[in-house]
Amino acid sequence: MMKSKFTGVQRRNLTGWLFLLPATILIFAMSFYPMVQALLLSFQTGVGNNLQWGGLSNYKRLLEDTVFTTSIKNNFFYLIIQVPVMLVLALILASLLNKKDLKCKGLFRTAIFLPCCTALVSYSIIFKTLFSYDGYVNTVLLNLGLIDSRINWLGQTGTAKIIIIIALIWRWTGYNMVFYLAGLQNIDDSLYEAARIDGAGPIKTFFSITVPLLRPTILLTTIMSINGTLQLFDESVNLTNGGPANSTLTMSHYIFKTSFEYNSQFGYAAAMSYVIFILVAILSFIQMKVGDKR
Amino acid sequence: MRKLRSFGIYFFLTIVSLISVFPLYWMIAAATNNSTDVLAGKLTIGMNLMQNLQSLLERQNVGRAFGNSLLFSSILSLLSLLVCSIAGYGFEIYHDKAKDTLMSILLLAMMVPFAATLIPLFKLFTGMHLQSTWIAYILPTISTPFLIMLFRQSARSFPTEIIEAARIDGLGELQIFLRIFMPTMRSTYAAALTVTFMNAWNNYLWPKVIMMSETSQTMPMLVANLASGYSIDYGVLMLGVLICSLPTGILFLVLQKSFANGIVGAVKG
Repeated sequence: MMKSKFTGVQRRNLTGWLFLLPATILIFAMSFYPMVQALLLSFQTGVGNNLQWGGLSNYKRLLEDTVFTTSIKNNFFYLIIQVPVMLVLALILASLLNKKDLKCKGLFRTAIFLPCCTALVSYSIIFKTLFSYDGYVNTVLLNLGLIDSRINWLGQTGTAKIIIIIALIWRWTGYNMVFYLAGLQNIDDSLYEAARIDGAGPIKTFFSITVPLLRPTILLTTIMSINGTLQLFDESVNLTNGGPANSTLTMSHYIFKTSFEYNSQFGYAAAMSYVIFILVAILSFIQMKVGDKR
Repeated sequence: MRKLRSFGIYFFLTIVSLISVFPLYWMIAAATNNSTDVLAGKLTIGMNLMQNLQSLLERQNVGRAFGNSLLFSSILSLLSLLVCSIAGYGFEIYHDKAKDTLMSILLLAMMVPFAATLIPLFKLFTGMHLQSTWIAYILPTISTPFLIMLFRQSARSFPTEIIEAARIDGLGELQIFLRIFMPTMRSTYAAALTVTFMNAWNNYLWPKVIMMSETSQTMPMLVANLASGYSIDYGVLMLGVLICSLPTGILFLVLQKSFANGIVGAVKG
């Protein structure tokens, strides 16, 4: 009796490991192993498959590569402006849509969520066309008499960055809002009721109930957004093609260009990718630390 | 005061909704007009849809690209759901110290940016002559820490009494997972399917690198090519953009409710 129970537990334990096996093997083979390969590659120089050991020369070259520093700055510019604006907007929208007595709730929710349905390439092209020199935005502004001549939105360094940010906010706010709406459903209505009886206004309620109780969700969406913004690629390629004068070029786009468009400098590109990896790791670590403090 | 505030809320929500919907309406309107009308700023639905479709089909092999994308994304999503849900379930139901450690190691993969694995993966797949195959398209992203975490979180709310009862009834461990866990967690699966399919369909950087043959072109690649030409026909382009967004759009609208419910389960923990 004892013996058969013991083997039952053992068999169960083995089953547990078998359940984990495919997912674990795939992550090791498709993430961790390539990371090691990339590290080795980052110490090699040369073109295509003609590589030789170069020590730290790739990393030294990075420090002097102004295009790479520009791309890092661009990524952080997007990060610092777009992520907070988008998340705050999503949070406000979610708490408005969570109000019990709001009419047409479903209609508003679907409308705000709709941009998430577009493919990444699709929305990049929609925004590119809307803001092109002869595009719709210029036509409308011109007809309304708000501008005297057409503005080259995507051809000027300042406005091109802003258009990318506007496009990103348009595409992702609804997505994050759904996470907040989901989180809000877990908050007991009686808390809001009690706050109302205590005479707390909507703004006070928002900061003393909604924000603290949504903390895990806010953390999750912040990590996802930071991660996504640091890895931006599609928008940089399809909206502005990195231009003008590399002012919208992202790190991933530059890595792609160095590896597959110029002359396949795999080692140098791998060194760049390690810089992104370290940046993402540091930011995630700070996030976790800040998020853990309750 | 109260009335004014409530008016303000409706006004704000209406403006945000209009901004959200307008570019999509504009895309649909543009797809039905000719290029000149699109540039002139025509906002009404035109009569040019069929002509646009005809010239799109003449210029590009849309059927093949759409089929490729649909096939690759479907295989990827189904495998991904299966592999990650069974792992998430395993991590929670059979959890012990060793498995918890393994989980936190796997979570580290969340920090690995795709650009960092891009070149080694490219070398790996071309080395095995798997470039331009569906295997190359799906293999790197089947197993993701995010999905494993999502399913582990939802397995946490799965009552252990049910598992015990099923064991007494003589059900095997795999059968418990397949016959009891999977049907019960339908809304988690719906949420996971939405996210996974969307990511799979939107995949652009990796296919751009690894799907080198013309026959393996995907829909996003085709649309990006349409937009990069010198003389662009905006009506045709917007029709391509619209077609590219149809599968994710339909999936989202159909699964919207269960997507939200599934996410509720995931963020609870």
